[in-house]
Amino acid sequence: MSTTRPVLTAIRAGLTAGRIELRQTFTNGQDLWNYLFPPVIMILVMFFMRNSEVQNTGFSLATMTLPSTLGMGIAFTGLMSTAAILVIDREDGTLLRAKAIPHGMIGYLVRKIVLVTGMSLVSFLLLLLAGSSLFDGLQLSDPHVWLTLAWLIPIGLLATMPIGAVLGSIISNARNMGVIMVPNMALIGISGIFYPITEYPGWLQGIAQVFPIYWLGLGMRSAMLPDAMVTVEIADSWRHWETFGVLAAWAVVGLIVAPIVLRRMARRESGSSVAARREKALQRTF
Amino acid sequence: MTVVSASDTPTPGVRPPDELTVLDVRDLRMRYGSQDVLQGVTFTARRGEVLALLGPNGAGKTTTIEILEGFRMRSAGHVSVLGVDPAHGDERWRARLGVVLQSWRDHGKWRVRELLEHLGAFYAPYSTDQVRRPWPVDDLIEAVGLTKHAHKKLSQLSGGQRRRLDVAVGLVGRPEVLFLDEPTVGFDPAARREFHDLMHQLSDDATTILLTTHDLDEAEKLADRILILAAGQIIADGSAEELARRISPRAEVRWSHGGQRHVHSTVDATRFVRELFAQYGDAIEDLEVRRTSLEDTYMTLVHQHESGQRDAAVRRFQEVAG
Repeated sequence: MSTTRPVLTAIRAGLTAGRIELRQTFTNGQDLWNYLFPPVIMILVMFFMRNSEVQNTGFSLATMTLPSTLGMGIAFTGLMSTAAILVIDREDGTLLRAKAIPHGMIGYLVRKIVLVTGMSLVSFLLLLLAGSSLFDGLQLSDPHVWLTLAWLIPIGLLATMPIGAVLGSIISNARNMGVIMVPNMALIGISGIFYPITEYPGWLQGIAQVFPIYWLGLGMRSAMLPDAMVTVEIADSWRHWETFGVLAAWAVVGLIVAPIVLRRMARRESGSSVAARREKALQRTF
Repeated sequence: MTVVSASDTPTPGVRPPDELTVLDVRDLRMRYGSQDVLQGVTFTARRGEVLALLGPNGAGKTTTIEILEGFRMRSAGHVSVLGVDPAHGDERWRARLGVVLQSWRDHGKWRVRELLEHLGAFYAPYSTDQVRRPWPVDDLIEAVGLTKHAHKKLSQLSGGQRRRLDVAVGLVGRPEVLFLDEPTVGFDPAARREFHDLMHQLSDDATTILLTTHDLDEAEKLADRILILAAGQIIADGSAEELARRISPRAEVRWSHGGQRHVHSTVDATRFVRELFAQYGDAIEDLEVRRTSLEDTYMTLVHQHESGQRDAAVRRFQEVAG
């Protein structure tokens, strides 16, 4: 007796549902706002940076910040959106529905992977198009840009989404999202996104280099900035191998831990646990 | 690893010892910390039977149903659903189950038809010659009375419409056993009637149904058998009539004769009425025979049980004290 066909069916259903949910994000105000708000803020920040120069290179800080924020965006969506979706879906019973149907959890995971990947790419393209039309200096015509993106974005999502899933499984309700939001903001601050990391003290550089945000920023800069800009980086190198290595390590850890935590979290879901959360949420509103 | 072919259809799971016993629960116990929520629940359900689980809040109805659904691990006892222990039920087993959840605001951006089509897709590999899965989506939408709203977003549905959708989601895989936890909360009388018709139709098609409700009228109309759960124990198991007879074997006969109303309480109503007609024939009008209502039965049983427990506690105390 084979169990392969039901699994394939669930994956296919998940892919279709992911596409449907991605399409839904283009047709309602809240989601459109979530797409547009961050690029607008980033562009605004870059606009104020447009006259600053990076360490006497003659290169605009705004142009250097653009690829960094693109990398940050991938990490941020991968981590925060995955976590938030999981917290919300658990609270409102979406996850329980998935659990009640055969291979529903597989379908659910595929669907969310499609959704978060799609959302990341849309946000990425929005910021890239808006930013590159406003600030000069990016080398986007070179084919190596797209070659780098072709490995960097997938490994970046693989490094962050499973960790996001783990965090989303641990956090008990939507109100506690701040618990991961705050450290994330701090990490962005020290990861050389808005300012060259080489100007920070060594120990801070050390912390930043443990996490994916720094490496995604570096990877994006390596893809889009002229080679001369490498002098602003640690060790005067784009460090592609290290980038790949650190992101892959996060991916491996995430892919090992996430299924265990997700399974444990899903096992606890039942009608009464959803009902209890509904009670709590309704009390919050009044 | 078995070789896969596209025509591969899953065979049904392990057969129950008795083909007709769908639910078999024996001495089911559940304990949270030091609190015993279920203390030895025992009942069975046969194929096509409709069981209503009644009981005060906190009696353990939801816990029982969640253990049977495989969503909650039990502390002790034997449980079998379609011949499988829910604690070890695989996806093939899950495909034969329908769970009607109390939804809240999930899938708000999805449209009714879209969501049912998506959820139905998971059941296609489990289609057999006897049971075609999933339920064709438009037929299903019609069966739950949502045809007019098929293209609405879930967030635009009223409370009652959402409950209908919940029922549809529970039915999309054409389950052999259906679990419903308070299915008709928020239904208006017409929706309730339609829902009852649908449940009767399903049970005619040999679907076994276990539902919890606080609506005694609904339980009486729907259920072949009523289980009353109080303080973690089944205190009554039988049809509404059987339970009523247990409380009081007497029925009330009312009639009018010569413009005058009469009331008579009797153990054998049938015989009394037969004699009534033999005596007065056509002169009997407005005849009514009333047994104890399920509501009276329920109240009496639950009250007896609760005061029984109190007495037992007092006795225990006296034994210890004495």
